[in-house]
Amino acid sequence: MAFIEIENLSVTFHAKGRHVRAVEGVSLSVEEKGSFGLVGESGSGKSTILRAICGLAPVTGGSIRIGGAPVPTPRGRAFAAQVQMVFQDPYASLHPRHTIDRVLSEPLAIHGAGDADRRVMQALTDVGLPTSFRFRYPHQLSGGQRQRVAIARALMLEPKILLLDEPTSALDASVQAETLNLLARLRAERGLTFLMVSHDLAVIDHMCDRVLVMQHGRAVEELSREDLAGSRMKTDYARSLFEASADRML
Amino acid sequence: MGRTLEWLRDQNPTSRGQARAAQAYLAWLRLRRNPLTVAGLLISAILLLMAIFAPLIAPHDPIAQDLTRRLLPPGTAGNWLGTDDFGRDIWSRIVFGSRITLYIVALVILTAPVVGLLIGTIAGYFGGWTDEILMRITDIFLAFPKLILALALVAVLGPGMENAVLAIALTSWPPYARVARAETLTVRNSDYIAAVKLQGAGASRIIWGHVMPMCLPSVIVRVTLDMAGVILTAAGLGFLGLGVQPPLPEWGLMISAGRKFLFEQWWVATMPGLAIFIVSLGFNLLGDGLRDVLDPRSSGK
Amino acid sequence: MTLLSVKNLRVTFDTEAGRVEAVRGVSFALGRERLGIVGESGSGKTMTGRSVLRLIRPPGRIEADEMIFDGQDLMRASEKDMRALRGQRIAMVMQDPKYSLNPVMKVGAQLMEGLRQRDRIGRAAAYDRAIAALEAVQIRDPARVMEAYPHELSGGMGQRVMIAMMLIPNPDLLIADEPTSALDVTVQAEVLKILDDLVKSRGMGLIFISHDLRLVSRFCDRVLVMYKGRVVEELAARDLMQARHPYTQGLLNCLPRIGGDRGPLPGLDRAAEWAN
Repeated sequence: MAFIEIENLSVTFHAKGRHVRAVEGVSLSVEEKGSFGLVGESGSGKSTILRAICGLAPVTGGSIRIGGAPVPTPRGRAFAAQVQMVFQDPYASLHPRHTIDRVLSEPLAIHGAGDADRRVMQALTDVGLPTSFRFRYPHQLSGGQRQRVAIARALMLEPKILLLDEPTSALDASVQAETLNLLARLRAERGLTFLMVSHDLAVIDHMCDRVLVMQHGRAVEELSREDLAGSRMKTDYARSLFEASADRML
Repeated sequence: MGRTLEWLRDQNPTSRGQARAAQAYLAWLRLRRNPLTVAGLLISAILLLMAIFAPLIAPHDPIAQDLTRRLLPPGTAGNWLGTDDFGRDIWSRIVFGSRITLYIVALVILTAPVVGLLIGTIAGYFGGWTDEILMRITDIFLAFPKLILALALVAVLGPGMENAVLAIALTSWPPYARVARAETLTVRNSDYIAAVKLQGAGASRIIWGHVMPMCLPSVIVRVTLDMAGVILTAAGLGFLGLGVQPPLPEWGLMISAGRKFLFEQWWVATMPGLAIFIVSLGFNLLGDGLRDVLDPRSSGK
Repeated sequence: MTLLSVKNLRVTFDTEAGRVEAVRGVSFALGRERLGIVGESGSGKTMTGRSVLRLIRPPGRIEADEMIFDGQDLMRASEKDMRALRGQRIAMVMQDPKYSLNPVMKVGAQLMEGLRQRDRIGRAAAYDRAIAALEAVQIRDPARVMEAYPHELSGGMGQRVMIAMMLIPNPDLLIADEPTSALDVTVQAEVLKILDDLVKSRGMGLIFISHDLRLVSRFCDRVLVMYKGRVVEELAARDLMQARHPYTQGLLNCLPRIGGDRGPLPGLDRAAEWAN
């Protein structure tokens, strides 16, 4: 039984009389402790799927099940303790007026968990940040450091599933490498399940076991890592994405 | 002094208090760059000091009349700004009048922006019917002209300072609601709000802890810019006899009383008028400078 | 023939938090070729590009021993002279057309504005030149694009409009600051090809600023690698794999590859010696 099961999901946005079909009839499943990638260009709907899982986008069709049970509406605290998300833009995902200490202790405060002091310090250490950063503000940290804080925040509630929305697109290449290494290590240490979105096939290939290629809100092709490495794509679009990425390899 | 500066400049604060103080210090440095803003800050500070130390600064009792010394010009010994038609020292009346001015401004600031902020953030965050209803209420209050409302309140409740403040506050809060709502609409789609929602936070925690801090800078700037307007409105009400009553030395009232002598004993009306002008200017300059400092760009990337 | 010669360029910002040295002694010479400047954020690459056009405002300061464009001393040129150069002889294309195109003017109006004001051409002639410019960047329906607003165009289209706009006056030097970073991968290749063709056919000099080392190596003739305000390595693009500086090697190796091994990616050892 898969841990995350999405069946025939549709997400439609209504804005001022217009309908935007962001996601249409997408299905996927992720086993426990697995790592699944969603890849596509802008407008493909990949980030919208993550938001739909979190309750941040309106689901207009299909179902989402976590651990066999359908996700509750509204999502609620129990869901929060199971599923967390790391957002794309490290400059926008931390509140500019809150210290890092507050960012990390808030999830604990919301869930009434104690021992915040020790847990905040431990969280900083786990993501490789010095504990002296505790009372800094986000603008005093670099992009890579902010993203580490975002990862630490996502792990404060000890979730089983981590949704990653282009976690390294806004980072420099070398910082991306460090962040991906951190994520891989944390996943191995904590047995996390990853659902990762990216426009970069190489990043997805490095981090995920399976990948779903999306275009214009629809699923185009699902590939395993071996298929990707062996260039065994069946659809033209998946092939063109592969070639555009591989083309950039030296 | 050196150690305090070091404590403020520490890159790794060890407590929330230290972190906040450090940010305030940096904001102060930015503020200091603009000489006009510093001028505005000085004027505001002088007003505050004048109000606090009024009994020590004013040479005469502002209410005591001395009909033998009526309408003396500025520069007379003992009355450097002259006297009015009851022989009261104008300078002393201006000094004590600053207390009244400050009192009115403080009462309005503690009510109007607070109410506006609350209504605006709630409307902006929840959207839908809540937004519509709250904004229509806001529109209704926005449509009331201040002076007409003051007249109505006076007719019902009688003249007086508190009623003047009530009238001003009731008509001042709508712009704050609008500003707060506009900021909230921008902020509510941010990733950090999505993140805290995802942690299971309720609406009140989000609005109070996450949305309001982002609306505060705009509201603060608006408050300083509005203060000039509040002073002028109070003066206007005083001038019409609707607000503060004689013999209290409210500046608007002083102008009104001095109207009769405007051409020959010009100082009776002009001195309080200058006081209003300088204070309004000071608040405006301060507000402009604060806007530059509190601009989110400096707390963004 | 040297088009642009820069010696010991320094850009400093005096902020309340202290002095920030964005560029610390950069020197290079550019002929009618394609030069790539590569670096991560904070390396000073964007500041270098902007210094050539003297687009840096106080509290930033530009200092250089020499900055000469086609015989003209850019350091001593007056603001009036710089305005005559900007757009006419040195053009700049920036990253996101959403922010660099005027959102309240139609594309056609923006394209024609420069022609009519600067070159004093009549409306009809300016329109024809604008259409021709759009065709040069392979926009298939130029008349429709002329009537559109920037937000109605896709990223790739917007960037092509930007390039068309910048190339109308036929500049000698084009500075492109991350021109394809905001675009999708498949669109990037198209836009780069258009840029490449135009630069070659008009014999322009090109400074291509990017964070993407691999992209720059495929597109440029020579590459400058910058780190913390300094040039750490300068080499021909085809020699990139033989890069000798540890930072360049680190940049090349730290990217994941499709089919590569899944162990930890080699990071950058930011050893202090080459940061100074």
